[in-house]
Amino acid sequence: MLHQCRLLQAKSGRTMDVILLQLLNGLDKGGAYALIALGLTLIFGTLGVVNFAHGALFMLGAFCAVTFNKLLSLEVVTTDPTKTTAWGSPLEIRTPYVEAMLGDFGTWMLNYSVPMSILLAVPVMLLIGFVMERGLIKHFYKRPHADQILVTFGLAIVLQEIIKAIYGANPIPQSAPDLVRGAADIGSIFGFDPGVIVYPYWRMVYLAFAGAVIAAVFAFLQFTTFGMVVRAGMADRDTVGLLGINIERRFTVVFAIAAVVAGLAGVMYTPILPPDYHMGMDFLVLSFVVVVVGGMGSLPGAVAAGFLLGILQSFASMNEVKAILPGIDQIIIYLVAVVILLVRPRGLMGRKGVMEN
Amino acid sequence: MSLIRKPLNRRSILRAGAMGGAALATPTIFTSGAWSAGYLNEPTGAEVVLGFNVPQTGAYADEGADELRAYQLAVKHLNGEGDGGLLNTFSSKELQGGVNGKKVAYVTGDTQTKSDAARASAKRMIEKDGAVMITGGSSSGVAIAVQSLCQEAGVIFMAGLTHSNDTTGKDKRKNGFRHFFNTEMSGAALAPVLKNNYGTDRKAYHLTADYTWGWSQEESIKKYTEGMGWETTAAVRTPLGAGDFSQYITPVLNSGADVLVLNHYGKDMVNSLTQAVQFGLRDKQVNGKDFVIIVPLYSRLMAQGAGENVKGIFGSTNWHWSLQDEGSKAFVKSFGQEYGFPPSQAAHTCYVQALLYADAAQRAGTFDPCAIAAALEGFEFDGMGNGPTLYRADDHQCFKDVLVVKGKENPTSQFDLLEVVEVTPRSQVEYPADMLGGELGTCNNGA
Repeated sequence: MLHQCRLLQAKSGRTMDVILLQLLNGLDKGGAYALIALGLTLIFGTLGVVNFAHGALFMLGAFCAVTFNKLLSLEVVTTDPTKTTAWGSPLEIRTPYVEAMLGDFGTWMLNYSVPMSILLAVPVMLLIGFVMERGLIKHFYKRPHADQILVTFGLAIVLQEIIKAIYGANPIPQSAPDLVRGAADIGSIFGFDPGVIVYPYWRMVYLAFAGAVIAAVFAFLQFTTFGMVVRAGMADRDTVGLLGINIERRFTVVFAIAAVVAGLAGVMYTPILPPDYHMGMDFLVLSFVVVVVGGMGSLPGAVAAGFLLGILQSFASMNEVKAILPGIDQIIIYLVAVVILLVRPRGLMGRKGVMEN
Repeated sequence: MSLIRKPLNRRSILRAGAMGGAALATPTIFTSGAWSAGYLNEPTGAEVVLGFNVPQTGAYADEGADELRAYQLAVKHLNGEGDGGLLNTFSSKELQGGVNGKKVAYVTGDTQTKSDAARASAKRMIEKDGAVMITGGSSSGVAIAVQSLCQEAGVIFMAGLTHSNDTTGKDKRKNGFRHFFNTEMSGAALAPVLKNNYGTDRKAYHLTADYTWGWSQEESIKKYTEGMGWETTAAVRTPLGAGDFSQYITPVLNSGADVLVLNHYGKDMVNSLTQAVQFGLRDKQVNGKDFVIIVPLYSRLMAQGAGENVKGIFGSTNWHWSLQDEGSKAFVKSFGQEYGFPPSQAAHTCYVQALLYADAAQRAGTFDPCAIAAALEGFEFDGMGNGPTLYRADDHQCFKDVLVVKGKENPTSQFDLLEVVEVTPRSQVEYPADMLGGELGTCNNGA
């Protein structure tokens, strides 16, 4: 009897470990979904544009990190005439310039290249967002959503192919700084057996970062005059225009901010998922589902749905769940979207009148 | 018989237009040029056209690019240009510039690593460009689909990188040939090394790519590891291109397993291995033993993607550029001088396949696919970098030594990522021809 009780205890303890781990997984995945969906819904809510190139902005952000790392890793190439390669040419000895010039500080910079690449990503993504909106998107404001989808999807493919032509098709690994490279034994802090709830430090950093960016965007919209005008524009664009405010210029800035949010999400995701040219597309479809579930044009809805779907996707991947419903991990997000749209056609926090005419 | 010429009217113009259009739209496969010969696409000019069907876009584009480089080098060598590469070390000395007196030309297609796209591009190369042979590819799903198309059309298919047992097992075809090894051989080669390094009392957890190659590899590795006493705790299928594998990796932590077998390739392997290492699996102790990760199929290009995470991890490979036999050295020198970096295993197998096809055509004295198939069946050769090799007649699978490799602890360059820890002799990886099922069927020359 005692033995059975212990077995049951052990089993329930194990289930609890697995649930906690999948919850953490869902939170960091949800963080990425929420960041992308936040930008998507910001653009949709302000400009009324369905931006299928938003995933490509996430990918471009990731490649800002790759570019920054490559710039830091530019090497002084010297040859060693005493040694040759397997194909007979002199052996090349490569030393990064920053290390050669700055010594230990150069090594430190290389180590922190991912977080430091935010310095490159913010201006680059602002510029990309600005050029994209002024150069292409603004010509499609008054066109049907189908046209907007086609042109932004086409743009996404063009951007992908440019990145592939420059960086190749293979993933390019990016390391988290040494300080946060390992995994934390969270379980032992909360009284679980050591080594059963282990979670990578960088994923926790990502979750905190996602939270901070989301909070910053909300604070910006909520507590600044600029944000107030944007919110007013989202509610009633025509009236704001009649008040003599150039809402279009503000919306251009909003588009650029959305591009920066997607770009930053991409930068910080690189140590989790080695970036390749296709990573934006992988996230795009899911992010659209997130926006639809959250409610088109609803910022809190996008964030809530991002975390909700991330967590649900993680739980659906548990072996115990898949044993009952095989393949559920592949369809759970779409299943939830179908149910939500049937029960609440506007999504969780959708506004009346958006995409309803 | 009336001598009065009928005037042109709208109806006759439409009729003539329709007939002309139908004639133009008919694929060349049905036109007299193709059918009058004894076999499909018999070359009549000074050139013979080969079709290189490789992934030029999609997840395996880098591997495809390396395959294409190898094919271009092979064409150069076949036409008597360059340093001759492996022709200098190949045991058969039939090829002396050109094949059957014809210059080798080529056309390329993009498989996109999708079966339908690969079949469409192979079909185009056969019907429109007159290719007598199709070769290439970086996926078993694609290889099986294209092999079946080549069988139906009546041309030879020389498979590129395809590792599933099914290619020369249940889906084998008389017109299809594979030089690359398969999952059965990987299992047979890896098992003794794993036993020596990790013992016989281990619990393995498999994460498997959910398609033909993943299933095949999982089955083979399970068969050999269970055969030496390991227990399989779980085998979980993961969707191809999942990206984030964290939700599949976390259950491993508390599963009681002390080995993680990643039946993933390409981008999936890079991502799953990177994330498994991030979750601290390599630093973990389970059942009083160090937790270990195994990647049964390795490639240098993948190792480059996974970076330092590959250190100390065992796997198998068809060929590696660091081998020191004369054939490997000749190929690395030739490829390295041409492109400035060493070839991948995908490049090697594709280059060798192109040479083997040309040699068989030369020995047969024709490009008739059935004569070439007969020349390849049971062909024994050496000097291609894998030691003495047999193209087994019963299943068109090459049998040769298999390499067991390990991620290098202290790489000396960006290419020096894997070290060969054992060359498993051919005799140890051979299996009966009927073990994997399937029927070769009869040869089709398209006539």
